[in-house]
Amino acid sequence: MSLEKFINQAVSSWMSDDGPDSDIVLSSRIRFARNLDEYNFPTLFTNGEAEAVIGTIMERAQKTALGFGKLELVKMDGIPPLQKRVLVEKHLISPHLAENALHGAVLLSKNEEISIMINEEDHIRIQCLFPGFQLSEALEAANKIDDWLEEDVNYAFDDKFGYLTSCPTNTGTGIRASVMMHLPGLVLTQQMNRIVPAINQLGLVVRGIYGEGSEALGNIFQISNQITLGKSEEDIVEDLKSVVSQIISQERSAREALAKTSNIQLEDRVFRSYGTLANSRIIETKEAARCLSDLRLGIDMGFIENISKSILNELMILTQPGFLQQYAGGPLRPNERDIRRAALIRERLKMETKEESGG
Amino acid sequence: MICQECNQRPATLHFTNFSNGEKTEMHLCEKCAQEKGEMFMMNNGPAFSINSLLAGLLNMEPAFPQKNEAFQTEQVLQCPQCSMTFPQFVKVGRFGCATCYDAFREQLAPIVRRLHSGNSVHNGKIPKRIGGGLHLRKQIDDLKQTLKDLISQEEFEKAAETRDHIRELERKLSAGQEGGE
Repeated sequence: MSLEKFINQAVSSWMSDDGPDSDIVLSSRIRFARNLDEYNFPTLFTNGEAEAVIGTIMERAQKTALGFGKLELVKMDGIPPLQKRVLVEKHLISPHLAENALHGAVLLSKNEEISIMINEEDHIRIQCLFPGFQLSEALEAANKIDDWLEEDVNYAFDDKFGYLTSCPTNTGTGIRASVMMHLPGLVLTQQMNRIVPAINQLGLVVRGIYGEGSEALGNIFQISNQITLGKSEEDIVEDLKSVVSQIISQERSAREALAKTSNIQLEDRVFRSYGTLANSRIIETKEAARCLSDLRLGIDMGFIENISKSILNELMILTQPGFLQQYAGGPLRPNERDIRRAALIRERLKMETKEESGG
Repeated sequence: MICQECNQRPATLHFTNFSNGEKTEMHLCEKCAQEKGEMFMMNNGPAFSINSLLAGLLNMEPAFPQKNEAFQTEQVLQCPQCSMTFPQFVKVGRFGCATCYDAFREQLAPIVRRLHSGNSVHNGKIPKRIGGGLHLRKQIDDLKQTLKDLISQEEFEKAAETRDHIRELERKLSAGQEGGE
């Protein structure tokens, strides 16, 4: 398969489309946790109950169409492990669903903005993933799906505790709102160690790109709410939005300061990384992430003009082990992956310059 | 040896602690040790998984007041639906089913408050269909508060209007409940 075709098939809309403030906010995500009233939670449900949950939701999905196009059901026991890994790398399903849930499934919309996980930690996890800074839009979409499901299924809900979830940390609204931010300016000016504790004090959590416990590869940080009870969904989203807006303006001024004080050093750094990406024959995940972050910063700051912005989002996802192996058509050893990764990045960069000369 | 905390029961547990080159010894009975337990837990180092952290948090709340020791073992709380017990819930940090929330309601309030920085009551979305009655009840509660405010401000005309509105909603609520059940 040609790389172009592979990328076209692999890229979801949140990776390639432009959204508001997408120079800093790569994506916005809203997740709702919901459970059906009549079955035990996935903590200890039986196989029969798990099947029944999938059946109930499928029935709902077939009965009426939702405004988001057709939803496709993918059962976890029906696809090979490599494909599951690819779905995890695209943030469409959680590692938990891929690894543990024998009776797990996911409903995906065509543009992959919407995924509904079934039988993860809760019976239902509605997820809306939008490009750029679009938390309110994602919340609206999630609410729509939630209302549509609720027309036909009975949610576990309590007057006082709100939506009942299998883990008490999600009880109440069951909402997790998060944004993925590219913050090279704040990292380079060493402000992150000051900002992270401040964000934590506001009841928000800062993590690396792959959730809990992962490090911030490529200067990409994920910021999300912690508290789900006692505040309305709108307030939770508004609180996160106001913090994110502040971080955006801090990142912008950090970049300005860098441009003023050490422009040539920055330009050097950007072009060195560009050189590495364009020429290396072996490259590890970490180095690739670092160089891609530099390249993206260079594009945002105008040092590099003929490469599209979406390259960071795309290549951060496409150069991960699952994708590389899918592109190669089989399992690869780690050192083979590093070779394959370097090749993929080189080819992808060549595509850019070809488009440029062709158009 | 007698427990150094309560000076009543015999000490059955002996702790030795070295810090800054100083050795301290503690001799406690089982009950006092359990009460001290939370303190020890905090000093246990950073090697906690999220799950054990949560379980630890849950554990700090005594499941029920310890009064009649003879009956304690029979008093273990259990969910009538999925038969998960409260100690089991504390251990795994996950509920078995929706009914668990009802079964452990009393014990949950302080835990939930700790997890959600002091909040213990849902204040967000209510499901449209099954929550029909809840919507009304919430509206009525809000109006009752308004009514109180209006009366204290001596806005009696508006208060009368609000009162009528509340009555109307209450009629609707009871009618809905009879129709539904």
